[in-house]
Order: sequence, then structure tokens, then C-alpha cells
Amino acid sequence: MKRAGFTTRWLPMLLLLPQLAIITIFFYWPAAHAVQSSFFLQDPFGFGATFVGFDNYTDLAASSEYLKIARFTLLFTLLVTFFSLALALLLAVKADNVIRGAKTYRTLLMWVYAVAPPVAGFIGLIMFNQSWGPLTEAARAIGWDFKLGVNFTDTAAAMVLVSVWKQVPVNFIFFLSGLQSIPKAVREAALIDNGSATSRFWGVTFPLLAPTGFFLLIVNITYALFDTFGIVDTMVKGEPGNNPMTLVYKVYVDGFRGNDLGGSSAQSVVLMVLVLALTVFQFRLIDRRIHYT
Amino acid sequence: MTDVLQQAPAIPAPRRRGFRLGRVVDHAVLILGALFMLVPLLVVLQTTTTSDLDTIKHGPQLVIGDQMGANFKSAMFKASGFSGENTGVSMLANSLILGLGFALGKILIGMMAAYALVYFRLRFATFAFWLIFTTLLLPLEVRILPSYEIAQKLGLLNSYTGLIVPLIASATATFFFRQFFRSVPEELVEAARIDGAGPVKFFIDILIPLSQTMIAAMFIIMFVFGWNQYLWPTMITTDESMYTLVRGIKQLTQDLEGTNIPEYGRANMLALIAILPPVLVVIFFQSWFVKGLTDSDK
Repeated sequence: MKRAGFTTRWLPMLLLLPQLAIITIFFYWPAAHAVQSSFFLQDPFGFGATFVGFDNYTDLAASSEYLKIARFTLLFTLLVTFFSLALALLLAVKADNVIRGAKTYRTLLMWVYAVAPPVAGFIGLIMFNQSWGPLTEAARAIGWDFKLGVNFTDTAAAMVLVSVWKQVPVNFIFFLSGLQSIPKAVREAALIDNGSATSRFWGVTFPLLAPTGFFLLIVNITYALFDTFGIVDTMVKGEPGNNPMTLVYKVYVDGFRGNDLGGSSAQSVVLMVLVLALTVFQFRLIDRRIHYT
Repeated sequence: MTDVLQQAPAIPAPRRRGFRLGRVVDHAVLILGALFMLVPLLVVLQTTTTSDLDTIKHGPQLVIGDQMGANFKSAMFKASGFSGENTGVSMLANSLILGLGFALGKILIGMMAAYALVYFRLRFATFAFWLIFTTLLLPLEVRILPSYEIAQKLGLLNSYTGLIVPLIASATATFFFRQFFRSVPEELVEAARIDGAGPVKFFIDILIPLSQTMIAAMFIIMFVFGWNQYLWPTMITTDESMYTLVRGIKQLTQDLEGTNIPEYGRANMLALIAILPPVLVVIFFQSWFVKGLTDSDK
């Protein structure tokens, strides 16, 4: 609040009203509803619900399928986060070096940001088309009989690749603007101090980029957990079966298709706790350097 | 990562004459990166110019075909689905309504709330702040089912209100504007008060013009975000005439299965149309866009 603010009473309430009304109806109500129904066993045909306490949660913990999906999600998140950060950092460092064509490179490297995840998944399906997909043919050329949608590992690999492709631009934008905000004086001092480009990078640039990197780490984990929904849904063509899927997709499959509202809600609550933990972790560590995206 | 980064050879800084291997490596890496991003788009683009039979027989080739017009026509005007109301034109219109409605709604509501939080002495300001702040923590995906049930209870299925308003229920725009308003010098509001301007006049005549760049940046980011929504439109619109392009993608992938001659040209053309508007917006407004995305900690 500003010191020299206005003192009108009704106006600020009126201004806040739309925001508060929308978040109450479409945020707090559903969130509370999820917590509540996670303690009930819903009749699939809508005839009431029975209170079952923590049964939905213990069922989850005992379900080998759920644990398998959780393990896959963890691996998927690790791979997507690592490759999209590493690739983006490499490209940002190079783009920061060049003077000629810098803007062209930036444009070419960031446009994918605006591609919707399911469209990215669709492009993945085209690239890995079973009979003529260019990437399927490339895999065949090195003796890898790539079968998207049939072989679990192949489908998972394609999902990781598409997710990385979609995420590199976001990381690239942040790394590049992080690099460009390093003061000239620091760069010059580093040049005088240190002959080798590699040691300059690890000794000076990398530590200065660390806050950006840490922020991006959280963003990427959140991306891999939630925003890849569209990629997963398109690439498994809506047929979960034996295909790899992430925890969020499982919430959707169980709740919307399987009508297991209690189980799905319990899964939602588990994810909510996970996100809250990530956020607390983020605030603890980056302190005041908060980015709201 | 280490290995690749170390490929850049150590050049002593002062002696930069003759053949610069470092430069060449820089450009080579960037060109490879650009190709990694671009090739999938080129493959999609090529299939939109080819007849479906050619695509099925040979896959994407290096030649540009002459079927682009035909594929464009069938993508935009050919009805599909069960109802026959689902054409490219109707999906494009729905995507535009969602993108624009979401961006405008979010900016309007966000600015109003941010103005109230920054410029007024409110007893419950801290409480309101935390209420709004919490919405940044939980993405829609984790509360998707109960959100759907509530939208259903309120009779919002298959309506533009149901499509747009629940998506606005997170306060990203409020926070961007709150950060921005806090960076506006306090003398301005003092001067306005001395001049006898009320809060409404100050907001409309001074604060909104000052925020123009910020509003533009927000608009671009939010438009792209709204246009690209998938999960919520998938759940809330079952009526095919309400499909957005991104929502229609799922239909497309299912249409490609089990048909004698899958319409790759038409499907890829629709995917291209779904990609173009947000990508063009991002390319044309990149400096604003990058500023809006990264300058949030003022």
C-alpha cells in the first residue's frame, strides 16, 4: 500500500469484488471440494457417497499401478527438466556471444514458446508416424525399430523429446535475459582476470545465473508435472492402456473416464501438497527474488 | 552438458585476429539449435502442400507441392465430427473469442484488484492479498474435476462464460500489475490529490496511460496463454460447434486413425492454423513479450 493512498471506503471493495468472486467460485470452492470428496467413496451412478476416511489415500499408496506412474512421472520430470535446461543454457550462452544475427537466432529459438502443448504432441505424432515419420526413419537408420504408441519406452522417449522441444524456448528467454543483465564491468573484469572461456563461464557467469537457474528449475518441474498434459493426451491418443502417463493425466483418466471421484480427488490432493511443497521450497531459497509466472 | 560447453576453445581475449574458431562454433551450435526447433514445423508445412496419397506413399519430401489451396479449403470449410458444425472457421472463431476474452477479462479484473490493493487503505488488505496470492500456487490441472462439477452445477457447460471465466480464476495479472503500480512514483498520486482528482479520475487519466506498455505486454502473454488452453476447453465443451482449434487437435488425431486415406494435409493445415496466430504475436512483439515475462521483479 502506498502512503499517499486514497481513503474512500466502498470503492476498493467494489474493485476487488470481481477478482474475489471469481477466485472464490472457481478456485476455493473446487479446491475445498477436492479435499472433501477425497474422504468419500462416490457411487459411480451418482447415488450418494459414503464417508471412508483415509481409505482413498491408503488405496493409492498400496496401488502398484499408481506407484509405477509416480515413478515414471519422477523420471520424466528429471529428464525433461535436465535436457531443456541444459540445451537452453548452451544456446543462450552462444546467442549471448554472437553479435551478427543475434536477433534472428533469438526469434528462431523462441517461437515454439507459443505452440500449444497438444499441437506439439500432434507434431510429435507426425514426426514419429509409424510408416513414414522422419524421426521413425532416422531411428530405423541406426537400427532402432521405433514403435510409438506400442512400445512403452519408445513412447516415453518421444514424449520426453517433444516436451523438451516445447520447453527449451522458455528457458532460453530467461537465461538470455539473465546473461544480458550481467553488468559490462563484471564481464570486463572477468576477461582480464581469466584467460579461459570455460573457466570464465563456470567461475563468473554460472554463479551469476544461479538465481535464474533455480527459478527455472521450479518452473520446469511444474511444467513437466502439469503443462505436459496436452502432450501426453495427444501422444497416447486418449488410450492410456499400457502407455506411459503422468500423475496429472491419471487424475483425469480416473476421474473423468473411470468415474472414480474419490480416488481421483485423493490424487488431486496429493498433487496439491506436492505443488505447495515446491512453492515453499522456492520461497525459502530464493527469498525476495520472486518471479510470478 | 559440460562436454559440449567445453567445445568452445579458450581464446585469449586480446588476440582476436584471423580465423575465429570460437565464432564458428557459436554459430554452428545456434544453427543446429534453430534447426531443432524449425524442422518439425517445416515437415508440417510440407505435408500441407502435398496430396494425402503422396504423403502416405512417400512421407514428407523435400519438394513443395501444389495442394496447399485445396488443403486450406478443406481445413477451413469442410465440416467434420458428428454434428457437421465443426469447421475450421468455427474453431478459429472460438479460439479468438477464448484468447481475446481471457486476455481482456484477466487484465481488467487484475488491474482493478491491483489498484485496490496498492492505492487504498484497506483494513483487510493483507487478507485479500493472501487470498489472491494463494491462487498462484495451484494450477487448474490439479482441481480440474471439482471445477468441472461446479461449472456443471452453474449450468456453464458449452458456453463462452464457462469457457473463459473459470480460467481467469488465478491472479497472475493482478500480481504483475501490483508490482508495476508499486514502482510508480508516489508523488504522482500526491500531486493528483492536490489537484483535486478523485480515485477514479486518477486511475483512468493517469495510471492507465502510464501502464500502457505493461498492459500491452500482459495482453500478448495472456492471449497466447488463453489461445493455447487445452484441458479446460476439452472438459467444458462437448458441443462440437464450441470447439477451439487446440481442442480440435484431439479430434484430428482420432480422425487420422482408422480411415482409409487419412487426411494428413487437412489435419496438418489445421495444426498450422492453430500455431500461427500465437506464434506471429510472439514474433512481432518479442521485446514486449520478453519484458513482460522476465521483468516481474521490479
